[in-house]
Amino acid sequence: MAPHDLRRPFKRRPISDQQKRRDLSLLRQSQHRSDAQQRARNLASSVISLQSSSSPDVDPETLSEPMPDVDTAGHESEASSFSIRQASSLRGPEARKWFASQLMLPEWMIDVPENLSRDWYVLARPAGKRCFVVSTDGVTVSRLRNGSVLHHFPSALPGGARKKGVSGPAQSYSILDCIFHEADQTYYVIDMVCWRGYSLYECTAEFRFFWLQSKLDETGACDPPSFYHKFRFSVVPFYNCDQSGLHSAYTGSLPYVKDGLLFYNKHAHYHTGNTPLVLIWKDERCSQYVIDTDNNGQVPSQQHIVLELQDDGKIVTSDDPPVVVNCLNADFVKQSGLSPGSLVRFAIGDGGLNCVDGKFEKADLQYISVSNRARAFADSYSKIMFQYMARRSPLKVEDLASMISQENQQDKLPEVEMSD
Amino acid sequence: MAMEITQFLLAAQSADARVRTEAEGSLKQFQEQNLPQFLLSLSFELANNEKPSESRRLAGILLKNSLDAKDSGRKELLVKQWCAIDLALKSQIKELLLRTIGSSVPEARHTSAQVIAKVASIEVPQKQWPELVGSLLSNMTQQESPAHLKQSTLETLGYVCEEISHHDLVQDEVNSVLTAVVQGMNQAANNAEVRLAATKALLNALDFSQTNFENEMERSYIMKMVCETACAKEPVIRQAAFECLVSIASTYYEVLEQYMQTLFELTAKAVKEDEESVALQAVEFWSTICDEEIDRQEYDSPDTGDSSPPHSGFIEKALPHLVPMLLETLEKQEEDQDHEDDVWNISMAGGTCLGLVARTVGDGIVPLVMPFVEINIRKPNWRSREAATYAFGSILEGPTIDKLAPMVAAGLEFLLTATKDENNHVRDTTAWTLSRIFEFLHTPDSGFSVISPQNLPRIVGVLLESMKDVPNVAEKVCGAIYNLAQGYEDAGASSSLLSPYLTEIIQHLLAAAERTDGPESKLRSASYETLNEVVRCSNLLEASGIIGQLLPVIMVKLGQTMDLQVVSTEDREKQAELQASLCGVLQVIIQKLSSKDETKPIVMQNADQIMMLFLRVFGCHSSSVHEEAMLAIGALAYATGAEFAKYMPELFKYLQTGLQNFEEYQVCSITVGVIGDICRALDDKILPFCDQIMSLLIQNLQSDALHRSVKPPIFSCFGDIALAIGGHFERYVATALQIMQGAAQVCAQMDTLDEELMDYGNQLRRSIFEAYSGILQGFKDAKAELMVPYAQHLLQFVELVSKDSLRDESVTKAAVAAMGDLADVVGEKIKPLFSNFTFCGEFLNECLDSEDDDLKDTARWTQGMIARLMVT
Repeated sequence: MAPHDLRRPFKRRPISDQQKRRDLSLLRQSQHRSDAQQRARNLASSVISLQSSSSPDVDPETLSEPMPDVDTAGHESEASSFSIRQASSLRGPEARKWFASQLMLPEWMIDVPENLSRDWYVLARPAGKRCFVVSTDGVTVSRLRNGSVLHHFPSALPGGARKKGVSGPAQSYSILDCIFHEADQTYYVIDMVCWRGYSLYECTAEFRFFWLQSKLDETGACDPPSFYHKFRFSVVPFYNCDQSGLHSAYTGSLPYVKDGLLFYNKHAHYHTGNTPLVLIWKDERCSQYVIDTDNNGQVPSQQHIVLELQDDGKIVTSDDPPVVVNCLNADFVKQSGLSPGSLVRFAIGDGGLNCVDGKFEKADLQYISVSNRARAFADSYSKIMFQYMARRSPLKVEDLASMISQENQQDKLPEVEMSD
Repeated sequence: MAMEITQFLLAAQSADARVRTEAEGSLKQFQEQNLPQFLLSLSFELANNEKPSESRRLAGILLKNSLDAKDSGRKELLVKQWCAIDLALKSQIKELLLRTIGSSVPEARHTSAQVIAKVASIEVPQKQWPELVGSLLSNMTQQESPAHLKQSTLETLGYVCEEISHHDLVQDEVNSVLTAVVQGMNQAANNAEVRLAATKALLNALDFSQTNFENEMERSYIMKMVCETACAKEPVIRQAAFECLVSIASTYYEVLEQYMQTLFELTAKAVKEDEESVALQAVEFWSTICDEEIDRQEYDSPDTGDSSPPHSGFIEKALPHLVPMLLETLEKQEEDQDHEDDVWNISMAGGTCLGLVARTVGDGIVPLVMPFVEINIRKPNWRSREAATYAFGSILEGPTIDKLAPMVAAGLEFLLTATKDENNHVRDTTAWTLSRIFEFLHTPDSGFSVISPQNLPRIVGVLLESMKDVPNVAEKVCGAIYNLAQGYEDAGASSSLLSPYLTEIIQHLLAAAERTDGPESKLRSASYETLNEVVRCSNLLEASGIIGQLLPVIMVKLGQTMDLQVVSTEDREKQAELQASLCGVLQVIIQKLSSKDETKPIVMQNADQIMMLFLRVFGCHSSSVHEEAMLAIGALAYATGAEFAKYMPELFKYLQTGLQNFEEYQVCSITVGVIGDICRALDDKILPFCDQIMSLLIQNLQSDALHRSVKPPIFSCFGDIALAIGGHFERYVATALQIMQGAAQVCAQMDTLDEELMDYGNQLRRSIFEAYSGILQGFKDAKAELMVPYAQHLLQFVELVSKDSLRDESVTKAAVAAMGDLADVVGEKIKPLFSNFTFCGEFLNECLDSEDDDLKDTARWTQGMIARLMVT
């Protein structure tokens, strides 16, 4: 009976911001609900996903997805990269542990390796988040070291976007080791683990870098972002670690903020976990974060380290095999409510550290607390030592340069002799 | 026997409050003690021509209010009461009402027509008033019926048609009604009052006329009568006829082809020369055709593969004539149309229609509009400049970016300069046009924007300057900034482009929010809403410092609202509105800062004070819980995690109040969602509050008074609680599962043709599955065996859902997940069940073939869970 209202919205947005806030809240809630339920499911899912490639327990017919071709590379490495894809569906602590163990992690440079200029590459590490980027089935997913998804996006990587006519066979997938640089929203690729289903685990760094250099660009992944390519990828420039290479990496102007220098041994395979064949080195000039800060961003007056408590009361580093730093007495362990496996935070007292041949002779440790749960691992030996040195007598860029020049002279000596 | 109540009815309208209250009390007492007699007495009063019109009027109103109410619960009660009344007495009342429509007093006839329709709305569907239509029609056919009886009869027929559905009448009745109505429109045979009533009745009867519109002869006859009536001498009748055409355009679009030429001529003439009330309807006719065609185009997206209803391309065909007609309306602006909310005139209607035409035909409109823009945009007369700008702004949605980009790029600088035009209207429309440009041609995310790093400084400078313009212009500028910021959301590297300006933009928005020179608080809301979008879309790493500084500013402002002087209800509303805006901003800031680990500490450091403010906002409004504060609390719970426990003792009573707010069901729904947030934040620390929460949630589910849209979130919330408290959910499991099974039953019986109902059905089913998942996973380590008795029902429910081809993808996902949870959690004991339910494999395969990665992952997981169960 009311007259028909003719008025239509005039010069108005069709949706109110309040409605938008409600909708976004609902979206957030439903996302968190599904995350929470997913987390609860994970313990089981990790069992399946991680064992599926080898486990005879699962009826093969129920696994609808065919296994990728295994004829390109060694079986073991293939299985390993295959599980990365599978494990992409993991979340929570399982995923964190699993992913952390899949990345090649550099040791900290506490002394200069031999033959730097002959056997090593140097590159300036971009500041940002280290992640795996996996492209397959028309989607690209990047995962942080802790397993959490950073982005879920279309990309020009092989199989990285749902786009006709491009990419390869449906099962093709690629895995890149990257650092995501926030400021220019770019994935800087520091290593290539798998390319179009071809595993590069067992290849030398020399080959991987060559392959990376030649393959990435041809996909268009280095182009500016577009609808089917949400983030730009870029190869980090790497140099032979001679005087000029070191100089370029250290002082050269780059589109990203540097966070130290990475050194890759040219002959090393992609080794998951800590490896002495990749090294990280930092000083104030090429990194904002040389000395560790606490949770509030302050540099504490004493160096803090995190160690793992073993069954026998020994506190050890994350290395394999672990390096024993000290031993806690049983009463103390009981009193502090610690249990085997606990990650414990200590400060290094005035007594300092004393080590010989990679073992700790004496360590003046002061107990602080149990480390927060976000951490998955204790500190490594090299990290503790690098930090220790950084506070006292750091390894300087001049030390690296002089090592290179010594090597150069040694290289030249025979020539001199021959010409004699 | 009926009582004499005239005195009471008159006294109830007395100027003397004491007399009035006493009479109202007596009437109420009468109504409560003897409803049938009360209604009969009112009917006598209404029917009696000897009585004063004041008492008859109130009698009519009381009758209507005894039969119908806005509130659905009350309405249901009234219907029950009416049905319980003795048949003979009801017949007597209906007799009286039908007699009254023949009264010589127009007001009594009109009131009676309305009351008859209310009675019809109850009785016709139940087939309890079969003689109604016949008796009304006989008024029309009898030679001796006076014109006023015909007029009221037609009015009554119209109202009755509006109240009932055409399923309630047989086709013969529909035909007779329609014949009577259309004959009533006959110019030769009837006076103006009758024709007006007939035309209005037709408007209500159109929905009934499906069958008649399918028959070409009948249809053409109706159309001929409507078109003739659209040319009647009396403007009100012409207006009513055009209203019919508008309704026909949307209801019978498919059969209009053969009438389009005539309809175009009729509407063009009306737009050009008729009175505004008629011209507005004529424009609305074309807007409605656009609505129809846009709907069909969207429906016709090649992805769905559904067969779509026919699209006749009327707009495309009429384009060369239609566009000039609309452009002509644009220069008929009213002086102050930008200041008033309730203005609707021909230039606004014409401009709106032009925008719809652009959305309908896309590129084709551009060459027809641009010459008009170019000729007029520099003219000395402001009307020309405003019309040109409006025309330009209107066509920015619809045409392709390729077509628009060169023009917009060429015109952008002109528009930026026009923000300084001497005329307020021109500036208003210019700002609006800029906001449309940023809405449709600034999407760096997908690779295109008219804004470049080169022109951005100029654009921001102009916008900030214009924020100081008069309030109506400043409000449009807010819209422009809103869209400008929105374009940079998730825009990768370009999201940094706005960062250098954020501080200044925020300062200007805060200043605009403080202005008091505008009407009401429109500019203030617009400023805060824009501030929200600016915060939401900012590049967090670059903006964290700025947002961190904004937080205390907003907190102080919210604190100040508590000190506002509140005397009247109006004061109270104003305070609540301001608090809503500020809580909204806080919510957005909290959500933004807690999205990254690096910035979360900023929220944590302020959490205590923020929470204190929210509690004080709640304290300001005793009657209800403040919706925006509640939303913000959800965001805070997510940010703080387990620490949120310390707020629970204070907060809990407000959560309870929120859950009991059925009236403002949005508040109830939001509270349910926030409880979910708190469960995830607190895990089992929520336990002490669960008994009370669960009992309120269960009451809510069982209540008919609560808006149904709140029910699905409640089921999801069961899942949230169960997952948080794990095995402790044992004590609720019997009750919860009983209700879940009941609701699943309801889903199974829903009418699948009702689209709105299906939406609800999908939400309900998804939420029931979410509840199952939460409960199952919560019981995983401790009480899995408790779910054994419910396994069969769950699988039956999944099976039922799997066979429904109309189900939503989100329902599928939830169903598959719940099935996997069942296998994972309960395991061995229900192994035989999985062998019996053969649909599982097929359903899983369907999911594994899905395009949706999440669904595929979930299905793969479920497959694994079932496989593990079957082989061990």
